[in-house]
Amino acid sequence: MAGTPDRAHASAPPLYGLVLAGGRSTRMGRDKATLSYAHGAPQLERAMALLARHVQRAYVSVRAEQSAEAVRARFPQIVDALDDIGPIAGLLAAQAQHPEAAWLVLACDLPLLDEATLAHLLRARAPERTATAYRSSHDGLPEPLCAIYEPRSREPLSAYVAAGKQCPRKFLAGADTLLLDEPNPRALDNVNTPTEYGSANDTLIRESAVQAKHLTVQYYALLREQAGRRQEALQSCAPTPRELYAELAARYPFSLAPEMLRVAVNAEFADWSTPLKDGDAVVFIPPVAGG
Amino acid sequence: MSAFRFTRTPIEPQALRAQLADPSCGGYAAFEGWVRDSHEGRRVRRLEYEAFEALAVREGERILAEAIARFGVAHAACLHRVGDLGIGELAVWVGVSAPHRHEAFLACRYIIDEVKQRVPIWKKEHYLSGDSGWVNCERCAAPAAEASAAPASVQHAHEHGH
Repeated sequence: MAGTPDRAHASAPPLYGLVLAGGRSTRMGRDKATLSYAHGAPQLERAMALLARHVQRAYVSVRAEQSAEAVRARFPQIVDALDDIGPIAGLLAAQAQHPEAAWLVLACDLPLLDEATLAHLLRARAPERTATAYRSSHDGLPEPLCAIYEPRSREPLSAYVAAGKQCPRKFLAGADTLLLDEPNPRALDNVNTPTEYGSANDTLIRESAVQAKHLTVQYYALLREQAGRRQEALQSCAPTPRELYAELAARYPFSLAPEMLRVAVNAEFADWSTPLKDGDAVVFIPPVAGG
Repeated sequence: MSAFRFTRTPIEPQALRAQLADPSCGGYAAFEGWVRDSHEGRRVRRLEYEAFEALAVREGERILAEAIARFGVAHAACLHRVGDLGIGELAVWVGVSAPHRHEAFLACRYIIDEVKQRVPIWKKEHYLSGDSGWVNCERCAAPAAEASAAPASVQHAHEHGH
């Protein structure tokens, strides 16, 4: 779905979106595009969903050998023509395919990227400049992987790569780039290692905990008797079933320690640290005794 | 119809057995779990079974599919009773048909063992003495009362075999 274009941009080049998922995830040791965070969906899917609201068409940038991978295969793809020059290869391939378009480029390893950050970039877009980007809250340099590249950036970018350079940050620093301050200083923290993944995920879980969720809890067997009910609808800020059980155990005389229970979310076994979402149905499962 | 089901009325093994008939099968093995009148030295008057059916059917279906894949049997089914049961009543039935008897026995044993460990079904025993208790839950619920606190595992299966 394309957003309503600002009146100032009525004559601006059409805006297409590109999520870069062609990386090798070497430091993470796992494919960053298919990693899921506390918001649930694989990161590539989440990035595509964020992007789709703002652009006329959205693509995922891949290397040829990645195109059949299940999450990437769900989306229209643009395959890199050049290898081993990093993220700039994805943008070059996209510009070659649609030279008339401006490209909103997103890395797929920005789990903290929020709607407010994208919306601000879109509002501030300057089609008469080469690019619109954020100024890093860490080092003051342009953030190249959440930025809009206008069609006029295509020729200088090709020349830059032809000259043997491949750093998109330095390209933007040397070009006519409109630089903006970030509304949320952590939104563009990229995640490259398992440690960074853990820290970003903790942040997301803390943020989701601030909002109360509507949950239903069903009780069976001993827990049903101790709760005095078969089910209830409640609002809770518990980020995961672990905190939810502690919350309920403070209200009811539960005698079973959580280590003795299993948990199900939406009628499927789940981990105690699964992030709870609005609308989830939770069941705590006492030791079973069928047969 | 799902091959793993629950019923609130008495189980009729003859009718269930007919559903597994297959000209390619030379063997049929079944297990029936009956309500016994004692448990760990206590006299039992009746039982009450309860299940989280939405998840139990999914997990039960997975167990049947595992048995078919693992042992190469032709058909496998399981029916479990819920509600109030008297002594001698049939609580659970497992049936397997296969080309040969060996796989049928193995698959049948596998299914009942896994069902007892994994499927969210609970059993409350009502004793002759008038009190009652949820099997596997009550003693564990008060570990302080036991001399040696055994580490609680996630599976937490005591041996309560029929």
